[in-house]
Amino acid sequence: MDKSKTFNLPRTGLSRRTALKGLAGGAGLAMAPGFVRYSQAQSSAPIKIGFQSHRTGIGAAYGRWYEKTTAAAIKAINAAGGINGRPVEVIIEDDGTDPGRGAEVVGKFATQHKTDIVFGTLFSHVVIGSAPAAGEAKMPYFVVSEGHHVASTKLNRYVFQPGITDVKSQIQSMAPWIAANAGKKVTQIFPDFAFGYDHRDYLPPALKAQGAEVIAQIAIPPTESSFTKYFPQIPAETEVIYHVMVGPAVLTFVKELGEFYGSNRPQLFGFIDSLEAVDINSPGLEFLDGSHFWEGSPRYAQPDDSAAQKAYRAAVGIDDNGAAVGDPKDVSTAAHMFGCWETLYVVKKAMEDAGYKGPEDRAKLVEATEALTAFAEGPEHPQGPKTFNGKIHQCFGIQNISKVEGGKLKVVHKTKIEDGLYEAEGDYTTQAL
Amino acid sequence: MSEASPAKAYALHLGVIALLLALSFVLPGYYHGLLARIMVLAVFAMGYNMLFGYAGLLSLGHAMFFGAGLYGAGLAIIQLGWSVPAAFAAGLGCGVVVSLIIGLLALRTTGVAFMIVTMMFAQVFYLLILYFATWTGGDQGQVVPQPARVLEFGATSLDLTNPTVRYMSALALFTIVLLITLAIVRSRYGRVLVAIRENEERTKMLGYDTFSNKLMAVVVSGAICAASGAAYALLFGYVGSSFASVQYSILPLLWVLLGGAATTLGPLLGTLFMYYVIDVTSGYTSAYLLIVGIALILLVLFFPKGILGTIRQRWLGWLP
Repeated sequence: MDKSKTFNLPRTGLSRRTALKGLAGGAGLAMAPGFVRYSQAQSSAPIKIGFQSHRTGIGAAYGRWYEKTTAAAIKAINAAGGINGRPVEVIIEDDGTDPGRGAEVVGKFATQHKTDIVFGTLFSHVVIGSAPAAGEAKMPYFVVSEGHHVASTKLNRYVFQPGITDVKSQIQSMAPWIAANAGKKVTQIFPDFAFGYDHRDYLPPALKAQGAEVIAQIAIPPTESSFTKYFPQIPAETEVIYHVMVGPAVLTFVKELGEFYGSNRPQLFGFIDSLEAVDINSPGLEFLDGSHFWEGSPRYAQPDDSAAQKAYRAAVGIDDNGAAVGDPKDVSTAAHMFGCWETLYVVKKAMEDAGYKGPEDRAKLVEATEALTAFAEGPEHPQGPKTFNGKIHQCFGIQNISKVEGGKLKVVHKTKIEDGLYEAEGDYTTQAL
Repeated sequence: MSEASPAKAYALHLGVIALLLALSFVLPGYYHGLLARIMVLAVFAMGYNMLFGYAGLLSLGHAMFFGAGLYGAGLAIIQLGWSVPAAFAAGLGCGVVVSLIIGLLALRTTGVAFMIVTMMFAQVFYLLILYFATWTGGDQGQVVPQPARVLEFGATSLDLTNPTVRYMSALALFTIVLLITLAIVRSRYGRVLVAIRENEERTKMLGYDTFSNKLMAVVVSGAICAASGAAYALLFGYVGSSFASVQYSILPLLWVLLGGAATTLGPLLGTLFMYYVIDVTSGYTSAYLLIVGIALILLVLFFPKGILGTIRQRWLGWLP
C-alpha cells in the first residue's frame, strides 16, 4: 500500500470549514439514538418479543385485553431494568384468529422481525396451526391458550404454556367442589366442537373419582341459535347442569334455560369462558344469579385480594368490577389475561437463567424454561402460586370457583394445585433441539 | 388466444416459472416462505379457475376439495403412518372421489342452484370434520408430525420442513399444474369447456355431451384443488377444519376474479396480490379487511375482468 496516499490528508484539498462541518456532523451522528443503539447492539439492544395477537376474527375481544395486559407487563419489566439489563420491545402482528395466518405470522416473526421469541396466542386452533412453523424455525413459542394441546405433548419442544393452567387440569380441579357442594348427578351441556370435547372427556372421570357421575351429555351443534329443543333431554334427576356454551349464542342459551326451568332449577355450574368480556348484568343473564363459575383469575376485586393482585389490576387498568378503568362497559377477559403477565415473567426468568444474549441462545432458553419447577405467588405471579412440569411444558395453578351474587362474581372456593395434577402424557425433553 | 401465439404463451409461462425459481435465491426469509405458501394456494386457485373460468360453473364449495386433499394426506400420515408420496396420493385420490360424487349430484343443477348445492355439500363436509373430531381433530385440527414430513429416496431423503426443499416442492407442484392447465386450455377439450360456458345449448346441439364434459371439469378441478390441499398438509404440517370452511370456498373465487378468470396465470397473480395487500395493510391497521374490500371494488371498477383478463382484453390478446 502507498502510505503517502493514505495519510497525506492536506493534499486532498480539505478546507478547515469542511473539516469542522464534518466533525460536527460526525459528533451529531454519534449522539443520535440510532448510533447509540448500533454501537451497543450486543449489550443493550432490545429483546424483541413477537406478539401473535388476535386483533381481528373471533378472538378479537380476548386479543385486545391480551395486548393491554402485555403492554402493562412489559412496562413493569422495563421499569425494573428489563431482561438481562436489556429493554424489552414487543412487536405485534395480527393473526386474524386464523391458523393459516397464524403460521405465517410466526414465520414473519422468525425471518422478518427476527424476534427472540413468539408469545401470546390464545385460540387452540391457532396454536396448533402455528406450532409446526415455530418448531421448524426453532423459535420458542410461549402460548397463553389454556388448551391441553401443549401438555398433550403432541406439538413440539419449542412450544410452552407456563402462565396459565390447561383446561384438563382446570376441569379436574373443579370436580371435588362440584361433588361436595353442588350435587352428585351432573348433566353436561357443551358446544359440539373441541372446546366442548375437553369438558366432555375430562369431567366424567374426574367426577367419578369424587363419587359423583355425569348422567347425560348434551352436545349442541355450533350452528345452533335456539336451544329450547335440547332441554327436554336433561334427565329429571339432574342435580347440577354443567354448561360451557361459548360465543354470541350464550345470552340466548341462558335466557331459554331460564324460561325452561323458571325458579325451580337444578344447580348451575359453568366456565366463565362463556361470558368473558360480557357484562354479567347483561339483560337475559338474570337466571345465572346464584350459579357458580370457574374463573382462572377473579374478574371482580375480592376482599382478600393480595397486594400483588391489587398492583396487577391497577397496572393493567381494570376497576373493581373487572372493566376498563373509566369505561364500565368495556369488560375484561380477567379469567385468562393474567396468563400474559405471568408468562412474560417466566420468559424473563428463563432468559436470565440461560444468560440469553440473542437468537443463537434459543436452545438454551428452551432448556432453561424446562428446568423451571415452581413460581411463587407475588408481583410476577399475582394469580397465585404454580408448579411447572418441564417435560410437558405446562404449569399448574390454583383455580377459583365464584358465585354470582348481587350482580357480581364472588370467589367462594380456591382449589389446590394438587387437585389439578395428572399423569404426564409424554416428554418433550426427549425431542432434539 | 390466436393460433399464431403458442410460442409466446409457452415462453411467458416458462419465464414465470424461471422467475419463481430465481426468486428462491434472492428473496429474504419471510417472503421466501410466504411465496412457497402462495404457490401452493395459487394451485388451489388454478383448480377453481378450471371450473369457474373455463367451464363457467360458479362453485361455492371448493374448500371441500381442498379439504379432501388436506385431510386425505394429513390423516394418512397421522392415523395410518403412511409415507409422504403415499399420503399425497391419498389426498389426490380423496379429491378425485369426492369431486366425482359431488359432480354427479351437483351437475343436475345449474347457475345459482349449482352454487347453493356446492356450498351445502361443502358445509356437510365441514360439519363431518367436526363430527368425527376423534379422528380429524375437529375445529382445533392436528399437527402432521415433523419427522413424518420427510421424502425418502432410497438412501437419500428430502426434509419438507426445510425452507428450500419446501419452496422447490411448491414450485414443482405449481409448475406441473400450470403446464397441465395450459395444455388443457389449449386442447380441444378446453375449447369445448369454453363453448359450454358461452352457450351450453348450442354446444349440445353441435353434438357434445355437455354433462360428461362438465363432470370431467369438476373432477379435474377437484383433483387440482386436492393436490394443493395435500401439499399444504405435507409442506406446512397442519390440517384443520378452518381450511374446509366457507371462507376457503370464497377465497379462491376472489383470487381468480382478481387475477383474471379464464387466464392461466391470473390465479397466481390474484393470490399474490391478495396475500400482499393483507400482509402489508395488517401491519398498519386492524381494519385491513376494509382496505382489501376497497382494493377489490377499485379492481372491479377499473379491471372488470381481473388484472390479466383486462390486460388480455385491452393489450395482449394472445394471453391464454
